[in-house]
Amino acid sequence: MKPAPFDYVRPETLAQACELLADEDARAIAGGQTLVPMLAMRLARPSRLVDILRLPGLAGIRADGDAIVIGATTRQAHALQDPLVAASVPLLARALPWVGHPPTRNRGTVGGSIANADPSAEIPLVAATLGAEIVLATVDGEMSMSADEFFIGPMLTSIIPGQCVSAVRFPVWSDKRIGFGFHEINARKSDFAFVAAAAQVALDDDGRCARLVLGIGGVGDRPIGLDVSQLIGTRLEAKAVSDAVTAATANLDAMSDLHASADYRRRVAVALGARAVTDAAAEARGEAARGAVQ
Amino acid sequence: MMVKLRVNGQTHTADVEPRKSLLDTLREDFRLTGAHAGCEHGVCGACTVLLDGDAVRSCLIFAVQADGYDITTIEGLAPAPGELSVIQDAFCETHGLQCGYCTPGMILSAHTLLQRTLTPSREDILEAISGNICRCTGYGQIVEAVEIAAERLRQSNALHAAPEAVK
Repeated sequence: MKPAPFDYVRPETLAQACELLADEDARAIAGGQTLVPMLAMRLARPSRLVDILRLPGLAGIRADGDAIVIGATTRQAHALQDPLVAASVPLLARALPWVGHPPTRNRGTVGGSIANADPSAEIPLVAATLGAEIVLATVDGEMSMSADEFFIGPMLTSIIPGQCVSAVRFPVWSDKRIGFGFHEINARKSDFAFVAAAAQVALDDDGRCARLVLGIGGVGDRPIGLDVSQLIGTRLEAKAVSDAVTAATANLDAMSDLHASADYRRRVAVALGARAVTDAAAEARGEAARGAVQ
Repeated sequence: MMVKLRVNGQTHTADVEPRKSLLDTLREDFRLTGAHAGCEHGVCGACTVLLDGDAVRSCLIFAVQADGYDITTIEGLAPAPGELSVIQDAFCETHGLQCGYCTPGMILSAHTLLQRTLTPSREDILEAISGNICRCTGYGQIVEAVEIAAERLRQSNALHAAPEAVK
């Protein structure tokens, strides 16, 4: 379990980091909680590691218009304790306790989890569900793309050499009555999700669903937002929710492995997806949500 | 590459390859063998050390990344040579260790928890040690040890727990 040899550089600026990352064989490292195991198992063999963890200005959480911007090297543990995240992106706050365990959250970063794009990872799931923007630093300046464009497969993203995730913009909903649901099934807490579901609901004054997003992770090759638009305008009755989630997951390509078959994953996706929407609706109505935080 | 690391209050230097983990550097170059090499890919927690007071995996950090932090290993917890910390004592008393392989990591994880709070719930304790695997499966006594240590620290005027307890 020893990595193959590599060079290590710690650039002073983000522009320098991008230049160094223009080399195809270079990899960015921040917290390293996913990359270092891959190096140890020699699943990744970069010739050079570009350490971006201490770059000035890359860590931190701030409000910017209708979004909360989380700097790429913000530790997951800091995001979990951050009052701005708790108040403005509660769905992320509920997902973060499921990300690894305390020692990996102390070191692991929000941007790192996004850049690694593990299909079962919780932060990418929340980003895909809410339609977050991934901000990339490039040799030519800054650009951004939607989570849906960014995640293209298992551990695969649209990042090209010379680019580096610099921040994630999570949209903030300003609706008055909103609720959140997050559920996950895994072998033991802190382990990879077999299936995870995240939902956010806004109700109008009448108690009808005004906005709804639902995302599923761990099932396919990337986290995906499901189309449950048929529920907009309804009162989110249990039967309708269950039918809509069943229809939306019907054509999901599901992974199969030693721990969970594709059939199992599809079945659990329906159950957790419906549960997440139902919880979110209950919370938006002012009823206590069940099991959203563990 | 030359690295200069601050471990248990002392500065150590070593000439290491960039691929050498902090764990291997602690064990081989600094002869601090309390942090154990288990899985070497971040799953087992036997290599847990503290970076600026936070529990982390020393197998998932390269030594070249670890400069500038205050690193604490299990060797740095005892108040004096031949003595044990309150938490270490509690582990002995409740038989919170069997083979001992996971013990340094368990104790450091418990230490960070009790630096934050002296009134942890059972769930808090389980969460704190959730990244540490005990293959003897002696979790019951480990949880008991942390509970006893928390109680003793509450009852004493333990200065080493007090400063950060309000965090």
